[in-house]
Order: sequence, then C-alpha cells, then structure tokens
Amino acid sequence: MKVSVFITCLVDQLCPNVGVSMVAVLRRVGCEVVFDERQTCCGQPAFNTGYRNEAQKFAKRFIKIFEESAAEAIVSPSGSCVAMVKHFHELFPTDEKWRERAGKIAARTHEFGSFLVNVLKVEDVGASSTGRITWHDACHGLRDLNIRDEPRRLLKNVKGVEFVEMSNADVCCGFGGTFSVKFPEISAGILDNKIESIEKADVCAVVSGDASCLMQIGGRLSRLDSKVKPMHLAEILACQNHLR
Amino acid sequence: MHLTSETFDQNARDALRDPVLHGALRNLADNFVERRRAAIASVDDWEGLREKARVIKEQTLCHLDRYLLQFVENAEKAGVKFHWARDGKEACGIVLNLLKKRGAKHVVKSKSMATEEIHLNAALEAEGIEPVETDLGEWIIQLAGETPSHIVVPAIHKTKAQIADLFVDKVGIEKTDDVDVLTRTARNILRQRFAEAEVGISGVNFGVAETGTIVILENEGNIRLTTGLPKTHIAVMGIEKIIPKFADLDVFLKLLPRSGTGQRLTAYQSIITGVKRNVTDEGPDEIHIVLMDNGRSRMLAHPVTRQSLACIRCGACLNACPVYQQVGGHAYGSVYPGPIGAVITPQLIGISKAKQLPYASSLCGACREVCPVKIDIPELLLHLRAEITDGTAGGAESNPQRKRKFTESLAFRMYGFAWSGPVSYGLGIKAARLMQKLVVRDGRIGKVSGFVAKLLPPLGAWTAWRDAPAVAERSFREQWRDGLGNNSQWSVVSGQ
Ligand code: SF4
Repeated sequence: MKVSVFITCLVDQLCPNVGVSMVAVLRRVGCEVVFDERQTCCGQPAFNTGYRNEAQKFAKRFIKIFEESAAEAIVSPSGSCVAMVKHFHELFPTDEKWRERAGKIAARTHEFGSFLVNVLKVEDVGASSTGRITWHDACHGLRDLNIRDEPRRLLKNVKGVEFVEMSNADVCCGFGGTFSVKFPEISAGILDNKIESIEKADVCAVVSGDASCLMQIGGRLSRLDSKVKPMHLAEILACQNHLR
Repeated sequence: MHLTSETFDQNARDALRDPVLHGALRNLADNFVERRRAAIASVDDWEGLREKARVIKEQTLCHLDRYLLQFVENAEKAGVKFHWARDGKEACGIVLNLLKKRGAKHVVKSKSMATEEIHLNAALEAEGIEPVETDLGEWIIQLAGETPSHIVVPAIHKTKAQIADLFVDKVGIEKTDDVDVLTRTARNILRQRFAEAEVGISGVNFGVAETGTIVILENEGNIRLTTGLPKTHIAVMGIEKIIPKFADLDVFLKLLPRSGTGQRLTAYQSIITGVKRNVTDEGPDEIHIVLMDNGRSRMLAHPVTRQSLACIRCGACLNACPVYQQVGGHAYGSVYPGPIGAVITPQLIGISKAKQLPYASSLCGACREVCPVKIDIPELLLHLRAEITDGTAGGAESNPQRKRKFTESLAFRMYGFAWSGPVSYGLGIKAARLMQKLVVRDGRIGKVSGFVAKLLPPLGAWTAWRDAPAVAERSFREQWRDGLGNNSQWSVVSGQ
C-alpha cells in the first residue's frame, strides 16, 4: 500500500527519529512510503487556543497538499494531530465544498498504530527488544480516535519485552498544548501523578503514541534524572535486537 | 473571603500548595471514579442509555417553550403556583416576597445548585431571614461561612478533623472524632429546625411536562422533610430541568445516581405532583415554583452552547477531571466548578469575568467520556475560546468590545507566517537552532531564567518544571532528503 507520511511539527523538528522509525516499520510491513516536503503544521495549536481563522488557513493548506497525493493512506505518528485533521470540517461551518474536501482527507488519515492493526491487519511487526515497558494512552488517540487495544496488541508482540499496565494509564499527562505553559503549575501537578504511576510500574521505558505527551513526560523524567526512558510506539516497533 | 473566577490562576496556585485539600481531592478521585465504574457495570447497555438521554435532552431543549408551557399547565392543574424570573435578582426577589407575605421567620432549605447560583441565602439574610441548610454537607459549609466546592459533595474539601473543630466552635459540642456523634449532633439540631419551619425551599432535578411533576433525588431524607413538613414549599428551578414524559425518568434515574455517587439509586426520590388533595393528607398547603432563566435562553440560542443546558448536575465530570483533581472547586471562583463549571460560569457571569476558565483544561476529554448525557465539554471549551479570541463572546454583557491578548495573537500570527510554506518554515527552524545554542546542554534545555525566560515566557514556564528537547540537528525532512526517501530497503535497527 502506498502511504503518505504526515510527520507533524514536533516529530519533524524535535524527535525526527520517531519519523525515521515509523518509515522503517511501514516499509518492513510492505508499504511504499512517500513524503511531501511542502507539508507544515495541521493548525492544532491555533485551533485549540481559539484562533479559528489561522487554523482554517492551515487546514486548507494541508487539504490541498494531501489531495494531490495518490497515496491511499495518510499516516501520522501522532494521535492528536490526526484528531485535528478529523476536526477540519468544523472549521468550515458554512462552506459545503470545503467540508466535503475536509471529510475526504480525514477518512484517509490514520494514526500509526491504528493503521497497522485496523487497516493493514498487522499486529506483529517483527520487532524485538528487552526490558519491561508500559503504555501511556495519549488523550486524543484514546478519546477522539478510540485507540485503546491497538498499541497494546502491538507491544505485546514485541519479542523479548515484558509489557505491564501501569495504574491510570488512560489519565491525562497534563500537556494539553498551550495549557502546559498557561497553567504550568497545574500541568506539572497532573504530570507528577503520571510520573508516580510510571515509577511504580518499575519499567525501563514508557511508550506512547504522541510526541507531545512524550515531551511532557520525558521532560519531567529527565529533570528528575529518572532511569525510565520515554519512547514512541514507532521507536520500539522499529527495534530489531535479534538482527544485531 | 470568596474567590473569584477572574483570579483562577492565583487561586489554583494557592490550592496546589494546600496539602489538606490535596488529600481530600485524592480520596474523591479514587472513591468516586471507582464507584462509578462499578455502578455503570450493572447496566446492560450503558452507552445506549447515555445516547437515549442525550436525545431526550436535545429534543426537549429544541422545543423548550412548548414543554415548559405543558409543564406549567399540568402543575397548575394540580394546584402549583408559578413565578417566572428573568434573572437571579428577580428570582431572589420572588422568594423573598413569598416569605414576607407569609411572615415566615423560620425557613429550611435543601441542597440546590439553582439557589446557590443566584446566592439566595445572602439575599434572604440581607433581609433578616436566615434559611437553614439541611443537607449535612451544605449545613457544614453554611456553618463555616464558605461556598460549596463540588456540586454533589459540597464539603468535599473539608476533613473530618476540620468538621469536628467547626462543631466545637459553632454548636458547642465536646471535641470528638466519632463521625456518628457528629452526624447525630447535626440531625438533632436540624430536626428542631424542621419542626419550627414555616417554609421549605428546595431545588428540582427534573420537571415532568406530561404530568407537572417535580422530582428531587437525595440520600439523607432532608429533602423529603423540607418539601413535606412546612406549610409552604418553594421550589427554584432552571428552565432547562424539563423532561417530556414520566417514563423518561427511567433513563435519568438510572444515569444520575450511578454517575454522581456510584449508587444504583439514591436513598430517597421525592416525586411531587401538586399540593395535597384532602386536608387530612400530609404535605404542604401551597407549592410555588420559581422558573428561572438567568442566562439560559442565551445558551439555548446556539446549537453548541445549548448542550450546556443538558447537564443534570451529577458531578461526574468534576471527579474525572485532572484539573479539578489538582485545584478543587473553590479555585474556579464559581458555584459551578470543574469542566462543566468552566463552560457554564463564563456564560452566566460574562466571559470577561471568567476569561481564564475556558483555558483551564488540557482538553483530555475525560469529562466527555463520563458525562451521562454526552455533553461534548471540550467542544464547548473550544467554542468559548474561539469566542474570546474573536471578540464575539456574548456572556452576560451586551456587545462587548474585546481585544485579543496582544502578545499571544502576535505569536499566532508569526507562527501562521512561519508555517505557511517550506521556505519560511526552514528559516524559522534555522533561527531556532541558532538561538538554542544559548540554552541547550547535553541535548536538552534545563531550567531557563533571566532574560531568556523574559524573552520567551512559554519556555520559562515549560522549563520551570520540565526539561525541553532541543531542536534536532537534522530534521525528519532533512533526513528524508539525505537518503531516507530514496532507499526503499532502508530500515532502522536501534537498541532500546
Ligand atoms: S456536564 Fe455531564 S458529567 Fe458534568 S455534571 Fe453535567 S451531566 Fe454530570
């Protein structure tokens, strides 16, 4: 299947290895991967802060660029950015044409883990690694896209790792976009509950499907000099220790 | 001193530093969330039930005028007197008049968010009538001179020890940590108040249009006494409380207790249709219902904000909200705290007085997930945020002039430009890479302070608690150009 990568700003600039890993896994399971370098941001920060006009500009740009692609699927390593694409139609309340175009793009756009399991029907991508890991449900992936079992099934199929559920895996990490800097103390309070759950699970890595949560969780783990490593789903699925 | 919504950020910071509050909130989250989970498991098709409730509420709100008239007509037939109030002030005035005409000196009151919303107690006290709250939690709050911090458990922020001290101070008992002694004390005092009361004031959970019935749920039996013992019963209800049919109660009585307190059913349901038919019957001689708008018809006008009126005040969204769990109810500076409070408060008191509240959410969606009537609270919050930035926010004011926060709107315009195409985007990134040399150590950005924090307040706020990642040396798109894009055999092997 031909897949067009929607990389997202955070992954592109701050953790490109997540994108590189996603490409590797997609190729491993037989996809032809393309990337349109004209893409920029989906407009989520503007949308979530109430700047609908700005968000609409981003949406139009995004739709135009990906409409030109012949790829059957648009795949992204971020649940929240995919959720934003699914929200695009709301930005055109009175414009039927754009609503329709937005709807078509949304239907082609998938979060990485859900794409593997629900579209490609692959649950074992031939990954192997070591250690004990746990999963943090990113809110938008979980509640906007309804992704709960998919990543867990993928992780349980990674050879050599022990998967454990932490308590309150489905509770927010406190990121929330601009919320994290508008109300840093509240954000950090929520985050510390998450860190407590992670530490209690006694794992070497906490895996998630959204770079933003990983930045929040990872930033605190780093500040606390924790041994736990934040990892994106794509990064662990890209691991093939048995080939080393 | 009562906090206001305007200072939410400061209120929240203070709340975060209060260890007693934190302990109470943790208990609340653990207990209520768990109890709710267990309770909804006892319903076969919980999701179907929620959807039913959502549809009933939506359809009722779309034809509210018709259902309200039907409700009034049927209740009047059963002997109820109606009073319409445009706002809180009018509602308070109506209640006060009713009390004065009856020469009422002793008034008991059961827990009601509608009366909290309009600050009825303060209005009555100003005229020398002190209504006694008879719900245990509300009574405690009244003794302490505070406001409720939760819409279902008003005294959730108080510990047992604090309550015991309060009782020593206000009702003069010996210090005790025996909960039974405390509740018995309260009960004895309140029984006395019931016996002497001329008027009982209550709220309403549901008004059934088909029969003119009002339904009130509770666990302590005090509502039964408030509405049944005094000669006069005054019920204050928002116009959104209507449901069309008696049979609809089947849906809501399953949803509300399970969502709120994790009970299958509350201990008491008062189902009141009019005044007593015979003089020998029990119950009040007169029932007055004050139907109150107080901003509701404004919410009704827009399909998104209309959802706010579907709320059945179960409190589940508060319990599930990570922000509420951190800061508690008082920080919101409103009788309606938590996610639904962040939505309703700006619409009630005017968005300029509660500007921060729509932003006081990480948009995690936990509230939407638990809401028994499926209110899309994140959508509502986003709607209000957009109204704030567009300057179209209506709220309680008329046609207000609003300015976008200058620096923020500038930032978003710059970001709009930088991300508008690959060239400007590339330039922006190059600038960031250059600038970050000042602050990056070991591939990460630690706490920044001084002029960097002043220059980039968000970075200062972020790194006060968390390290920030550095902008990567080679971005994904650069790596794609470097070769990732060409070789279809390319694969990554990296250890954990
Ligand atoms: S918004 Fe929903 S969950 Fe929150 S109090 Fe109202 S009905 Fe309950």
